[in-house]
Amino acid sequence: MSQSYRLASGGRVNRGKVLNFSFNGKTYQGYEGDSLAAALLANGVDVVGRSFKYSRPRGIIAAGTEEPNAILQIGSSEATQIPNVRATQQPLYAGLVATSTNGWPNVNNDVMGILGKVGGSMMPPGFYYKTFMYPKSFWMTYEKYIRKAAGLGRAPLQNDPDSYDYMNHHCDVLIVGAGPAGLAAALAAGRSGARVIIADEQEEFGGSLLDSRETLDGKPATDWVAATVAELQGMAEVLVLPRATVNGYHDHNFLTIHERLTDHLGDRAPIGQVRHRVHRVRAKQVVLAAGAHERPLVYGNNDVPGNMLAGAVSTYVRRYGVAPGRKLVLSTNNDHAYRVALDWHDAGLQVVAIADARHNPRGSLVEEARAKGIRILTSSAVVEAAGSKHVTGARVAAIDAQAFTVTSPGETLACDLIATSGGYSPIVHLASHLGGRPVWREDILGFVPGDAPQKRVCVGGMNGVYPLGDVLADGFEGGVRAATEAGFKAVVGTLPKAVQRTEEPTLALFQVPHDKGTRGPKQFVDQQNDVTAAGIELATREGFESVEHVKRYTALGFGTDQGKLGNINGLAIAARSLGISIAQMGTTMFRPNYTPVTFGAVAGRHCGHLFEPVRFTALHSWHVKNGAEFEDVGQWKRPWYFPKPGEDIHAAVERECKAVRDSVGLLDASTLGKIDIQGPDAREFLNRIYTNAWTKLDVGKARYGLMCKEDGMVFDDGVTACVGDNHFIMTTTTGGAARVLGWMELYLQTEWPELKVYFTSVTDHWATMTLSGPNSRKLLAEISDIDLDKDAFPFMTWKEGTVGGVPARVFRISFTGELSYEVNVQANYAMGVLEKIVAAGKQYNLTPYGTETMHVLRAEKGFIIVGQDTDGSMNADDLNMSWCVGRNKPYSWIGLRGMNREDCLREDRKQLVGLKPINPKQWLPEGAQLVFDPKQPIPMDMVGHVTSSYASNSLGYSFAMGVVKGGLKRMGERVYSPQADGSVIEAEIVSSVFFDPKGERQNV
Amino acid sequence: MLHIFCPHCGELRSEEEFHASGQAHIARPLDPAACSDEEWGTYMFFRDNPRGIHHELWDHVAGCRQYFNVTRDTVTYEILETYKIGEKPQITAASKASAAPSTVKGLGEKV
Amino acid sequence: MERYSGFGLFKHSLSHHENWQRMWRTPTPKKVYDVVIVGGGGHGLATAYYLAKVHGITNVAVVEKGWLGGGNTARNTTIVRSNYLWDESAKLYEHAMKLWEGLSQDINYNVMFSQRGVYNLCHTLQDIRDSERRVSANRLNGVDGELLNTDQVAAEIPYLDCSKNTRYPILGATVQRRGGVARHDAVAWGFARAADALGVDLIQQTEVTGFRKENGAVIGVETNKGFIGAKRVGVVTAGNSGHMARLAGFRLPLESHPLQALVSEPIKPIIDSVIMSNAVHGYISQSDKGDLVIGAGIDSWVGYGQRGSYPVIEHTLQAIVEMFPILSRVRMNRQWGGIVDTCPDACPIISKTPVKNLFFNCGWGTGGFKATPGSGNVFAASLAKGEMHPLAAPFSIDRFYNGALIDEHGAAAVAH
Repeated sequence: MSQSYRLASGGRVNRGKVLNFSFNGKTYQGYEGDSLAAALLANGVDVVGRSFKYSRPRGIIAAGTEEPNAILQIGSSEATQIPNVRATQQPLYAGLVATSTNGWPNVNNDVMGILGKVGGSMMPPGFYYKTFMYPKSFWMTYEKYIRKAAGLGRAPLQNDPDSYDYMNHHCDVLIVGAGPAGLAAALAAGRSGARVIIADEQEEFGGSLLDSRETLDGKPATDWVAATVAELQGMAEVLVLPRATVNGYHDHNFLTIHERLTDHLGDRAPIGQVRHRVHRVRAKQVVLAAGAHERPLVYGNNDVPGNMLAGAVSTYVRRYGVAPGRKLVLSTNNDHAYRVALDWHDAGLQVVAIADARHNPRGSLVEEARAKGIRILTSSAVVEAAGSKHVTGARVAAIDAQAFTVTSPGETLACDLIATSGGYSPIVHLASHLGGRPVWREDILGFVPGDAPQKRVCVGGMNGVYPLGDVLADGFEGGVRAATEAGFKAVVGTLPKAVQRTEEPTLALFQVPHDKGTRGPKQFVDQQNDVTAAGIELATREGFESVEHVKRYTALGFGTDQGKLGNINGLAIAARSLGISIAQMGTTMFRPNYTPVTFGAVAGRHCGHLFEPVRFTALHSWHVKNGAEFEDVGQWKRPWYFPKPGEDIHAAVERECKAVRDSVGLLDASTLGKIDIQGPDAREFLNRIYTNAWTKLDVGKARYGLMCKEDGMVFDDGVTACVGDNHFIMTTTTGGAARVLGWMELYLQTEWPELKVYFTSVTDHWATMTLSGPNSRKLLAEISDIDLDKDAFPFMTWKEGTVGGVPARVFRISFTGELSYEVNVQANYAMGVLEKIVAAGKQYNLTPYGTETMHVLRAEKGFIIVGQDTDGSMNADDLNMSWCVGRNKPYSWIGLRGMNREDCLREDRKQLVGLKPINPKQWLPEGAQLVFDPKQPIPMDMVGHVTSSYASNSLGYSFAMGVVKGGLKRMGERVYSPQADGSVIEAEIVSSVFFDPKGERQNV
Repeated sequence: MLHIFCPHCGELRSEEEFHASGQAHIARPLDPAACSDEEWGTYMFFRDNPRGIHHELWDHVAGCRQYFNVTRDTVTYEILETYKIGEKPQITAASKASAAPSTVKGLGEKV
Repeated sequence: MERYSGFGLFKHSLSHHENWQRMWRTPTPKKVYDVVIVGGGGHGLATAYYLAKVHGITNVAVVEKGWLGGGNTARNTTIVRSNYLWDESAKLYEHAMKLWEGLSQDINYNVMFSQRGVYNLCHTLQDIRDSERRVSANRLNGVDGELLNTDQVAAEIPYLDCSKNTRYPILGATVQRRGGVARHDAVAWGFARAADALGVDLIQQTEVTGFRKENGAVIGVETNKGFIGAKRVGVVTAGNSGHMARLAGFRLPLESHPLQALVSEPIKPIIDSVIMSNAVHGYISQSDKGDLVIGAGIDSWVGYGQRGSYPVIEHTLQAIVEMFPILSRVRMNRQWGGIVDTCPDACPIISKTPVKNLFFNCGWGTGGFKATPGSGNVFAASLAKGEMHPLAAPFSIDRFYNGALIDEHGAAAVAH
């Protein structure tokens, strides 16, 4: 029974290459060139899935993107599982493994199907809003069972072995779709010399011509396709992208293309290849040639396998050499669908009858069918399909489309395939992504793209142009227009001649009337979501009158096909039910993506270690070699602590702290932001952006400053040194460097353009090594020519000289409270200098320390860390740093006015204080909230929280910094921190300077 | 993704190179001390936030690091012009309402 | 109002569901109402419902320019939580949470409030400090919350990459187990149906074009279908609040930005809680239909187009794949945008305005859905009494003058 539905000849498949594949555990054969759907149909597989709500058996209905049912799981290994693949768009390859996504024990015999039959009547649209409410506590239980039915395919449970990337393009003309219109447009644009990208979602170019009966210049249309593709490929400026779906039309002519590079080869990309790629295209002009989708008619049991779109039947017969049945009944309201009957007849298969809803069709194709002796029933339609797991017959009855009634009981014709065509819907998705509302055209019974400000041209089927000759001309003209708009010379060209035909209008029929109305068999509109015509009518009856409401209440168009098959029918039914026109009803919003896009492809390479750039200091490899644990600070990797074997963080930090306090430690401070400030107004600029005064800072001196936003809240801090009268070097916090620079530029460029001052980020140009501890002077003296004498080089000054033989700037500033020197050298010298420092430091037990030790040491001194001890709601007074605020500076610096607002002057604001646990062994968790009265009931009146907290070896007890309401006036009072475990930590409010309050150690 | 003409670089570049910095032409009061809390709050926080023509400040952060102004329609996202700090917009809500768009000199990408 | 129940469903199935009542009427506007609510989203409809239900004020109209629940109510990622840092916020959102917990029964409409837990991941030591601060504050405010370490996170959230191989390794997480998701459309429809049943007029397809004032007080709204008189007017128009304020003659400290979101194709359940990360910036849950519902970031420019820029979507999916590497083969079905009215302190404005009897409820930014019942409840009380409800009072416009901001995004370390 291998490929028993394969025709003896025909199709664009390679019969010389047989491919084995499996579906639901059974092995089948197909040919190279098949889609998975074609191969399944060739093997007579009819049930491919079960429906979402009613578990009804479902078969393949379409041949392209609009397929709602044949959504399969693909993957031969756990890591390469791909959920929700449309069988109609998946090329067959050897070894393909596919399964249905639901149905138990299998799709052919699904126990849920029984439940669907019995319970289905209890599940109208929105039934879940009306039940599962009682008892109140049961929803989570109900939901657990509801979720069992959720989803189609499944995600892999192992990490993806493949990689993805994206690529940027700039082109003159992007052409979307390589059917007749797109190819003609590409010829016109390409010949003009424009840079052209033409992308098409299919495996090969040609679109509708790949399965067309049409001839061009008397030859098969595919000959013209081959010649055109060859010409395009020969053009140096034309990029030809098959298997590439243009999925999103974004603002300012930015479009995204999802290219599937290897899905036709296997579920895993060959070694060295990228599985999918997103092309990010900025196009001067866009030609949209997306074509049109055929609409099915909506009739009873139209979801039983064996009901198919008419055009899809032609595609399977002509492109794949597969007949999805033996005996065909065609139900149509238009001329074009007659080609299906002719194709079927030409393939030597039986056309049982054509039911045409029109009264007296006389178009060329109709006459051709008549001439072949095919039975045509006019004013008729298939009102109901017979059969449960496959079509066994079609009841054809006379109908009055206008009155929406069945006018005769009709007859049931035995058949195994019902092809249906309700006309064509232009594919307006991309043209509507930017909000342009499609416009209904009664003459073609379809929505066409509305006006839009984008630089784009719509051609061919998506513009409502259907006859082949017209499509080619429209496409070519569109290509010329786009190329000339992009600045290229128009070309003239001759196009091949298509056969002229008379074609009669399509009849406005969407839902076929049924004698039993909504009580008849289910008429499906959206098969993936089990939305029926009756369901849509119910929604309108209940008050859902807008198209968005109908969509949301019924789930119409919510599926993976985004309503490509059913939406127009659905809104036609809603419009009829509400007694308004389709134009009044309008469409729902079209949003990207046109078809689903793989997450990985959108993410590209930006995952794992490439998720965001990592910034390393010039000394990073030394830190790694010396066993550092790292902390992420902004994008930087900073050494957190340097554990020795067997040490945990506490032991390491205790040792590092002790080394700094007793002898000397080494910190890599390179990550601090450094901004070089030059110009005659540099000093004035500093006066305006810092809270304190800079007028009198002499060359060679350094000063600490706070920065505020206009609201008066502290947002960065650091030391700035005077290099020359017009030259300063500013340091910022590690995380704040870019923010501070942008903010300074903002004020300079927009508020004070008259100031002559220039900023340059030099963070990466200097490496900073901080030597801190009582022995730092002795150590530095051994490798530096700078006079380190305490009077020659006092605290808060800086000097230039050499360190380790290279030019250096050394700053005598301290964040630990110890004698400290910050040695700055050009970053590319840093490693050499470090080695010299380390060598010289051996005798002093020079100890590298990380951010954790730095935090402990600075907290012992009461120095703040912006972002840890502040949170954007603290001003300088709150931080007890009024000493750093120049209230009488001539210019009203940024933050001064903000600090003087009513709420900022309250006495009981949260203020930064020291906290000393009463039990010295207890440690206040950082972040813990504080109360004055721990016995009060919840909700408690919180008065502050702990911002920094450490166990201190130097102090001999744990200590913390925190903010407390009115804390500066509450020295000696108690606060309490109730913990999650019910315990309460009691602490005394003390000065935030715990260690060496007079600053004697740093001033030696 | 917007396509923005940087008047300093003289080129159309993608939005990824830029950073939007809010409404343009909000001058810092010359004498903050003379401002009431209400006036200061208005300066800091209150914005036009229009549905339609909006003059806004952008920073070419990944380019020339210069700030400049953009006149943009906040509904269609069309950029109608870009101009340097200190210059006046050619297109305003009032001018747009009265003049035909074709009379307008714009450097921006009209797409 | 016809009562909804499983039995009712069965009864209607016998008549082929042909006799269901309309969920709400299509009334002709009266000349004058006690209260007119501008904006028929979740917050506006909730306001109308509580005005009628709690305060007995039923002479109320909700005027909506489009369709009920057609704005941000229909476009958000449906997350509900109340674990805010500051007292003012926590109390307001917890008030909402308590209402959520009985909402389906109260309005007899299943809003599918699913308390599946909301996790906020910590990736830096400062995240941990901020999280401890928030959880500690929540606990003392009577809001549930726990701080978990990496091992606990790994045990509770399968497939989340808790290894050290990620760019910003996960150091812990907070969880609010009472948090979760609700069915967004149902919230709007449920409130609408319940309000309608109490006599509230829901007037759709009617755009407010101005406010009529007399002696500095509002006396009604001008609409494209004529004047509607009102003793008090409450404006609840989210992204369009700035526009409404302009019509009323003043400005607000707001900017309207695009906020994007996306869904995957439906897949079998794999994520059964809500997971949010501020540092890598993505948040994700899975709907009962199987779609992964993913929140993207905000665009930095003002935009009313209900769409944003593509790089925001890229960054979001990078974050999702970074958190859940197994999802890289899953596909994005659809993306969209809403218009969020953001305040400088990331907190709402529930306030009187310079115009007497005109009240605004706006500025919910990226986090309004979770507050829907609470917002409506306190706004209704304020409109009923003409004085701000105590829970709403801290959210007055005055804070932008006097400096008493409630700076949630500064300190909360939480994506909204």
